Amino acid sequence: MHEASSHLLSVRNLKIEATSYPPGEPAKRITIVDDVSFDLAKGKVLGLIGESGAGKSTIGLAALGYGRGGAEITGGEVKLDGTDILQLGKGGIRKLRGARVCYVAQSAAAAFNPAHKLGDQVIEATVKHRLMSKEEARSRALYLFQVLGLPNPETFGDRFPHQVSGGQLQRAMTAMALCSKPDLIVFDEPTTALDVTTQIDVLAAIKHAIEETDTAALYITHDLAVVAQISDDIMVLRHGKMVEYGPVQEIIEAPRQDYTRALVNVRQAAREEAVDQTEAVLRVDHVSAQYSNGFKVLHDVSLHLCKGQTLAVVGESGSGKSTLARVITGLLAPSSGAITFEGRPLTPLLKSRPRDDLRRIQLIYQMADTAMNPRQTVRDIIGRPLTFYDGLRGSAKTARVKELLDQIEMGTGFIDRYPAELSGGQKQRVAIARALAARPELILCDEPTSALDPLVAEGILKLLMKLQEEQQLSYLFITHDIAIVKAIADSVAVMHRGKLVRFGPKSQALSPPFDDYTDLLLKSVPEMQLGWLEKVLATRRMESAGN
Amino acid sequence: MSNSTEAGGSPARSLRERFPLLSIIAQRMVLSLILLLAVSALIFGGVEALPGDFASTYLGQSATPEAVANITAELGLDRPLVTRYFDWLGGVLQGDFGTSWASRNSVSEQVGNRLGNSLFLAAFAAVIAVPLAICLGMLSVHFRDRIPDKIINVISLAAISLPEFFVGYLLILYFAVNFGIATFPATVYQGMGFLERLQTIALPTATLVLVVLAHMMRMTRAAILSVMSSAYMETAELKGLSGWRAIVKHAAPNALAPIINVVALNLAYLVVGVVVVEVVFVYPGMGQYMVDAVTVRDMPVVQACGLIFAAVYILLNMLADILAIIANPRLRHPR
Repeated sequence: MHEASSHLLSVRNLKIEATSYPPGEPAKRITIVDDVSFDLAKGKVLGLIGESGAGKSTIGLAALGYGRGGAEITGGEVKLDGTDILQLGKGGIRKLRGARVCYVAQSAAAAFNPAHKLGDQVIEATVKHRLMSKEEARSRALYLFQVLGLPNPETFGDRFPHQVSGGQLQRAMTAMALCSKPDLIVFDEPTTALDVTTQIDVLAAIKHAIEETDTAALYITHDLAVVAQISDDIMVLRHGKMVEYGPVQEIIEAPRQDYTRALVNVRQAAREEAVDQTEAVLRVDHVSAQYSNGFKVLHDVSLHLCKGQTLAVVGESGSGKSTLARVITGLLAPSSGAITFEGRPLTPLLKSRPRDDLRRIQLIYQMADTAMNPRQTVRDIIGRPLTFYDGLRGSAKTARVKELLDQIEMGTGFIDRYPAELSGGQKQRVAIARALAARPELILCDEPTSALDPLVAEGILKLLMKLQEEQQLSYLFITHDIAIVKAIADSVAVMHRGKLVRFGPKSQALSPPFDDYTDLLLKSVPEMQLGWLEKVLATRRMESAGN
Repeated sequence: MSNSTEAGGSPARSLRERFPLLSIIAQRMVLSLILLLAVSALIFGGVEALPGDFASTYLGQSATPEAVANITAELGLDRPLVTRYFDWLGGVLQGDFGTSWASRNSVSEQVGNRLGNSLFLAAFAAVIAVPLAICLGMLSVHFRDRIPDKIINVISLAAISLPEFFVGYLLILYFAVNFGIATFPATVYQGMGFLERLQTIALPTATLVLVVLAHMMRMTRAAILSVMSSAYMETAELKGLSGWRAIVKHAAPNALAPIINVVALNLAYLVVGVVVVEVVFVYPGMGQYMVDAVTVRDMPVVQACGLIFAAVYILLNMLADILAIIANPRLRHPR
């Protein structure tokens, strides 16, 4: 493309390997990244996109000469301003990190040290590398806190990580990366762990800060709609190899590869909502709930769900949507109100519910990983409810487990695998089979796809829809993702701070006139469209100017 | 408590919410007091249940029934158990541990001297052992799985595996007998100069340091290693900090709670567990005093020593708890 000297970062034929130790097998070398090359000019942003395991974070960290968890850079070169940083040696790399190249982690909450004040951590690298005096670094931090729109920038640095919100932490981490006036910042999924309404603010803050400081950036994410807002170029990766690489407009508007096309078109599905939404299988009447310390989490929530239909419960973290599911299952007794299931009131507490009621309501969790015993095989995991509810044993049980594996579109060959030997999507499928094993009528799905890659998540959603049609299942589907709502819901409930702000058939709930919160929520969902972020921000400015 | 009325409940709740740290510390202190009271009852009851009695041991051959009855009445042992317990407890609360049956001296006075000696020995050992253990622990994390780590580990394991009397005699053999550079026995007396004292107790101190060092060092290593895999340690590395700075500045503060706990446990051991070392080195501390008292069934002395040991143990553990709580930034700086 251009001549090499004009590039800040230039990566050639990068190869990264690691040694894996599969259980019960000899150790083997695996290639994480293979033959990846790209160039990044000063002040530009390159988006690295792909599903988990595509090697995008590994490439990002290679720009800091770092291999996470035993990954080793075994081939190629990483040139920063013409110097191959892989040849620098330990001391040279250390001088680079935190000074010329900085890193912003996915979870700032985990990446900040809980024992030190934010301000001290933000300036630490800059001062330690002797780039500025302590006072200069402090005033630089103050300036960055202002640029990033942090509240009370003068005193923000005196706070500890646990004292500020997740979105603020992510912005503080960006400030930490910008503090040393680096040439390059690696953003590793900086907004993935945030609510959509927070994500848009952080995204705007990062974009503004990058422009303001003229820093180049590698922006890593699995969300093409997000990366389209912030990048100049995009590289699509899969299984450690480059799929497609080009200017953002080309990738979004005229993708050449099938895989890229699938990524662009994911989340476009829409479902026709059911016409008749009057006959409720589950009815929640004026339910309020509080924790044992007296903290109120649900305020007077009333909604219903019809047989064979899907009710999407939407809201940001802390809005009470998971608590609603806990109340329905009986894990938390409501402090007032009643829950009716198939015309009969449900006993408030799980312990006193008849076994048959337990069987009819099943749960699928966000993290299939932690919801399964790692020492049990798929046979034990799915077989447990079969024995518990139906008393199945021996060959009858095995036959039924195989039948269930068939329903979730996994081969019977998986029957003796352990959870650790399954991919994220497969684990979630096993969790669905475990719920199905109880022959439920209602399944509460608590963000079952939010930890999965978009294409895998799409597969899980399709499976859930197919099962619903076959078995007349009702779903209460908790999510924060409006695209999922459009794809699967018949009715929608929007929750905010423990209150139900909106409830009704999907067409009604998602059309104007909106209340403030639903409006904000809908406008915050990134769209696969260039310039979307600017448009939303411009509208916001106009609205606030009009007020 | 949670069922208290609105008027009574809300100020208590707000106090707890406003000062979470103080309320937890106050809670710990009350718990410690209750524990100490329970221990006092246990000690009294336990000593009471010991076989053999003072009168017959004291009188030996001349233990006629009349003489035994005389002494029993003289010491007030014919009164009911509960009365004696509360009598004793009342005295203890005023700092009076009674009179020794054997020497007829005030127990408090004698214990005071001995306790001072024991604490001096323990403190001296602690001043050397605690910083040394923590430094070695951090060094061994820094060089983990390399030669320095392995050397530190082998030596500390060897030290912990040998019983303290054996270590004590070894040290005496080499440093006092063969090379003659240390003093034995390590008997201190009143009016001894400070430096002379330090010199005298060099060997028992060294023995104690060797015994407690390994445990603290290994726990420090384990505690720091467990936070080394945290995301913020990766952040430190990606900031270009040196390995040593990352350990000292970023890992150690987050491993404080377990380190404080093991240090307190070992400090308590230094005070309570010195019995053997004191006997080996003929050091006039609490341990030897207690051993002597047990052999002649001098109950007031045994009870006093037991209660003081228990109090030291509880106090140090309470301090460790409180420090570990204070070390948690979430409690120190509530939202």
